[in-house]
Amino acid sequence: MDALLTQLPIAAAVGAVLLLAALGLNFTFGQMGVINMAHGEFLMVGAYTAFALQAWAGLGGSAVLVALPVAFAVTALMGLALERGLIRHFYGRPLDTLLLTFGVSLLLQQLARDVFGAPNVDVAAPSWLAGGTGVLGVWLHHSRLFIILLAAVAVVAIALYIGRSRSGRYMRAVLHDRDLAAVSGIPVGRVDAATFAVGSGLAGVAGVALALIGPIGPSIGSSYIVDAFLVVVVGGLGQLRGAVIAAFALGALNAYSELWTGASLAKVVVFAVIIAFLQARPQGLFSVKTRALA
Amino acid sequence: MRRRTFLAAALAGTGAALTGGCAPSGPGVTRDTVRVGMLHSLSGTMAISEVTVRDAVLLAVERVNAAGGVLGRRIEPVVEDGASDEVTFADKARKLLMSDRVAAVFGGWTSASRKAMLPVFEAEDGLLFYPVQYEGMESSPNIVYTGATTNQQIVPALDHLRGQGHTRIHLVGSDYVFPRTANRVISAYAEAHGIEITGTDYTPLGHTEYTTVTAKIARARPDAVFNTLNGDSNVAFFKQLRSSGITADDMPVLSVSVAEEEVGGIGPEILDGHLVAWNYFQTTDTPENRDFVAAFQDEYGPRRVTSDPMQSAYNAVHLWAAAAEAAGGFDTGAVREAAAGLTIDAPEGPVTFDAESQHLAKTARIGRIGGDGAITEVANSGGPITPDPYLAGYDWAAPIRP
Amino acid sequence: MTAANPTETAAGSVPEATDRNVSTGPAARARLLSGVPPTLLIGVAAAVVLAVMPLLLDEFRLGLLTRYLCYAIVAVGIAVAWGRGGMLTLGHGVFFGLGAYAMAAHMTLAAAPDGALPEFMVWNGIGSLPLLWQPFRSLAFTLAAVVVLPGAVAALLGWAVFRRRVRGAYFAILNQALAAAFAILLIGQQHLTGGSSGLTNLPVLAGVDLSTGAARTGLYFAVAGFLLAVWAAYTRLMDSRYGSLLVAVRDSEERVRFLGYDPTWVKASAYTLSAVAAGVAGALFVPATGIITPALVGVIPSIQLVLMAALGGRHSLTGAAIGAVALGTAETAFSESFAGGWLYLQGALFVAVIALAPRGLAGFAESLASRLPSVRRSR
Repeated sequence: MDALLTQLPIAAAVGAVLLLAALGLNFTFGQMGVINMAHGEFLMVGAYTAFALQAWAGLGGSAVLVALPVAFAVTALMGLALERGLIRHFYGRPLDTLLLTFGVSLLLQQLARDVFGAPNVDVAAPSWLAGGTGVLGVWLHHSRLFIILLAAVAVVAIALYIGRSRSGRYMRAVLHDRDLAAVSGIPVGRVDAATFAVGSGLAGVAGVALALIGPIGPSIGSSYIVDAFLVVVVGGLGQLRGAVIAAFALGALNAYSELWTGASLAKVVVFAVIIAFLQARPQGLFSVKTRALA
Repeated sequence: MRRRTFLAAALAGTGAALTGGCAPSGPGVTRDTVRVGMLHSLSGTMAISEVTVRDAVLLAVERVNAAGGVLGRRIEPVVEDGASDEVTFADKARKLLMSDRVAAVFGGWTSASRKAMLPVFEAEDGLLFYPVQYEGMESSPNIVYTGATTNQQIVPALDHLRGQGHTRIHLVGSDYVFPRTANRVISAYAEAHGIEITGTDYTPLGHTEYTTVTAKIARARPDAVFNTLNGDSNVAFFKQLRSSGITADDMPVLSVSVAEEEVGGIGPEILDGHLVAWNYFQTTDTPENRDFVAAFQDEYGPRRVTSDPMQSAYNAVHLWAAAAEAAGGFDTGAVREAAAGLTIDAPEGPVTFDAESQHLAKTARIGRIGGDGAITEVANSGGPITPDPYLAGYDWAAPIRP
Repeated sequence: MTAANPTETAAGSVPEATDRNVSTGPAARARLLSGVPPTLLIGVAAAVVLAVMPLLLDEFRLGLLTRYLCYAIVAVGIAVAWGRGGMLTLGHGVFFGLGAYAMAAHMTLAAAPDGALPEFMVWNGIGSLPLLWQPFRSLAFTLAAVVVLPGAVAALLGWAVFRRRVRGAYFAILNQALAAAFAILLIGQQHLTGGSSGLTNLPVLAGVDLSTGAARTGLYFAVAGFLLAVWAAYTRLMDSRYGSLLVAVRDSEERVRFLGYDPTWVKASAYTLSAVAAGVAGALFVPATGIITPALVGVIPSIQLVLMAALGGRHSLTGAAIGAVALGTAETAFSESFAGGWLYLQGALFVAVIALAPRGLAGFAESLASRLPSVRRSR
C-alpha cells in the first residue's frame, strides 16, 4: 500500500517525460498525419543545443534555461526545412513520409556523431535543478518538477495557440477538411509549414529538458520515439487532452508494472494493454469526426 | 521482356558486386610480413566503445613494427568492421581466417560477439584475442582472454565493499548476460559472507527511466550499490540517483562497466566519490603506463583518455608477439604452447598467461572517481590474481558452478 | 488502380503504389512475343543465375549470399503485405525471429550431448529442460512450428487490429512497438533464450555437420530453392482473384466492404502469409549462419527489411527479392571500405528511393525498358 502511494509521483514524473516527448508529435502526426520518425532526432538536437550553449558559449548552469527558446528556434527551423524540402510532397502518403523521415533520422544521427563525437556529452544542471525535496515522506526530483512545469506551460501555450490564435484556427480547419479549408481561402501550405515548425520546435524544448535526466548522445532519439508514438496512438489523432491523459496513463502503467514485474516485462505489459485498449477504442481516447471516407 | 532485362541486369550487377570485393588472398605469412586481423565494430551502436580499442591495437602494432616486427616480419593489420552485429562478426572472422589467412585476430567487445565468433575460431583453429572483462564460465583453447574474469573484478570488488564494513548491498544491472551472471556470483558471495542483498533490479538495455529504481534504493537504504548497468543507462541512472538526493557519501555506487571513456558523458560532478573496479586506470603508476599514455596521446591527441579494455587490447598484441617470438613461428598450436607461463610488463603491471584457463593473471584495482573526472586507485589486490573463470577455487561458489 | 484518397490526387503526388505493370492477366501474357508466361521466364532465369553463383564465389562470399537470400524471402513477404496489401509492417523481425528461434532451439538440443542441458541454461542455474523447450527435440515439431508460430501470431494480431479497422500509420507503429517488446522479452528471458548473446554454436542439423564446404553449398541451394518456391507461390497467388482483392482492399477498404467482402479476413490472411515467409526465412537463416540473437530481430533490423523491399520495388515481389540482395551486397561492400559512411548512405538511400523512385529498382527498370523500341513494338 505504501509503495502504491510513493509510486504516484513517480508515475506522474514518467508521464510528464512521455508527454513532453510526445507533444511535438501530437502536432505533426496528430494535426497533419505526418509520421515524423526524425522527431527523436529533433529531441537530440535540443539536448545538443543545451550542450553547445554550456560547453562552447560558456553559459554554465543557466545554459539550460537559455537553451529552451534557442532549441525551439533551431529545431523549428530544421522542421520548416524538412517540411518545405521533403514532406510537403508526400501528403496523403503517411507510410512514405514515415520511411522518408526514418532516412532523415539516420542522416541526423551520423551528422551528430561527426560533429559532437560518438561518446555521450554532459550538460551540468544548475544547482537548483540538481537535487530533490522530501514532502510528507514522498521524494520529489527537482528536475521532474521542472519537466512537469514545462509540460504544463507547453500544454497551455498550445491550447491558447489552437483555440485563440488565427493560425491555430486555420490549423483546425485544415485538420477537419483540407479541401474545404483550401477553397475557403486558407493558405493550406503555409499552415502546414507553421504546424510542422511548431511541432518540431516543441521537440527541441523537450530535448533540453530530457538532457537533465538522461544521456546526451547521437542515438538518444531512438530511446524516446517508440513510447512517444504510443502516447499519440492511445491519445487519439490531434487531441491535446487525449495526449495529456494518455501520457499520464501510460506513465502510471509503466511505473506500476515496473514495480511489480521489473522494467523489462513492464514494456511487454504496456504493449499488451495498448493492443487490448485499441480493441475497445481503435481511434484512441478521443477522435476527430470527419466526413472523409476511408 | 522488360522484366527479363531488368532481372538479368540486376542479378549480373549483384554478382559483380559480390565477386568484386574479394579480399587479399595468398599466404598470411611471407618472408617479410605477417598478417593479423582486427575485428571491431566501427559502425553501429557499439562503435563508440570498440573504436577506442581498435586505436589501441593499431598503436601496439605500430610500436611492435617500429621495434623490428615479429620474427623479423612486419605486422600487416587487416581491419574489418563487425558493425555491432553478431552475424557480421562471425562472417568477418571466417573471412579473416579463410581468405586472409591471418596469424591471429584481435577483436570483439560484447559477449554476444565473442559467442558468435567462438565456433568459427574453434572450427578453423584460429586464435582470437578478446580484450574486455566479461562474465566468465568459458575457456576456449582458441581464445585468449586478456580482460578480467569474475574472480579478478567482481570478487575483489565485493572483498573491498566488505572490507569497508558494507553489509547491505543493492544490485542494479542491465538485463543481459553479463549483469545476470555477475549478480549470481554476487548473491552466492553475499550468502556465504553474511551480506544482505536489499534488492535486485534489471532494466532493458538502453533504458533511461530510473525513478522507480532509485526510489526502491532510497526506500531500502543499502550501504552500497553494485552497478552492472551498461552504456547510456549509466548516464540516466546516475543523474536520477543524484536528484533522489543520494550521494557517494551516503551510499557509494560501485560500477564495473564505467571507465574513463564513460565518465565525461555522465558528468564528473555527478560521479564524484563513486567507485569503480578494474585492473587498470589511466592514472596507474607504472613506467609502462606512463609510456603507453604518452604514446597514445601523442598518436591520437592529448584529450583522449585510456581505459582498461584499451589497455587489455594493447597488451594482447604484445603478448602475441612475445609468444610468436618464443615459438619461432605463427602456428596457432605453437604460439599457444609458447605463451604458457609467459609474463609481460604491461601498463597495468605484470600479467602472466595461464595456459589452463586461457586467461591472464591480473592485479585487481578499486578506483574512486574524482570531481575532475580522473579515477584514482584506492585499493588493489596486492599482486596478480590467478584467473579462475569457473570459480572452482571458491567454496562459496559451489551452488552456482555448472 | 483507383485513387481512393482525394488528397492523394489533390497533392498531385505519385500514388502509394501501382501495379499496372505487374498484373498479368491472359491479355498481358498474349502480348509477349514468346507466349511463355513471364513468371516462368523469370523463375528459370533466376534459377540459372542462382545455380552458377557457387562457381563464381568463394566460400565466404557464398555464405554472405545465402544470408541475403534469406532476407530476400522476407522481402517477398513484405511486398505482399505492404506493396499489395498496403500494410506497412515495421515488425517483421518478430516473425523472422520466431522461425529462427524455433529452429535454433532444435539445433541447440541436437548439438548437446545425449540429454545434456544447453550450456547457457547450465550457467543460468536451470536444473532441467524447461517445458517450453521439450517439444523442440523433435525435428518434425520444429518444422511445423517454424510455419505455425509466426503464422498464428500474425493471424491473431492481424485479426485483432484489422477487425477494429486499425490501419495505416497506427498499424505501422503498433508493429514497431511489437518488435521492440519482442526483443526486450528475448533479452530479459535469458534462461530460456540465451539473452543478448542469443543461441550460437549450432553445427548440426538432422545429423548433418554444417561446417563442411559441401554442407554450406548445400545450404545455399536449399535457401535458393526456398526463395524460388516462396516467390513462385506468392506470385501465383497475387495473380489470382485473391491478389486483386488484396489490392482493392489496399486502395479502398470501404468500397470492398460495400461489395460484400470482409477486408479483415483479406488483410489478416495476407499479413499471415507474409509472416510465414519471414518465419521460414528465419528458420533457414539459423543453419546458414549458425546464430540468432535479439539484435537480429528488433526494431532496426525490421526497418531494414522494409528498406530492402522499398529499394527493390514494394509492388514487385521480384523487385523486393532483388532489393534484399542488392542492399546486403551494398552494405557489405560499403562497410568494408568506409564503415562510418554506411549510415549516411543508408539514410540517403531511404530518402532517395522514397522521394525519387517510390517504385524502387523494379519501377526504374520497368520505365527504362518501356522506352526500348523493341518493347514498344511488342505492345
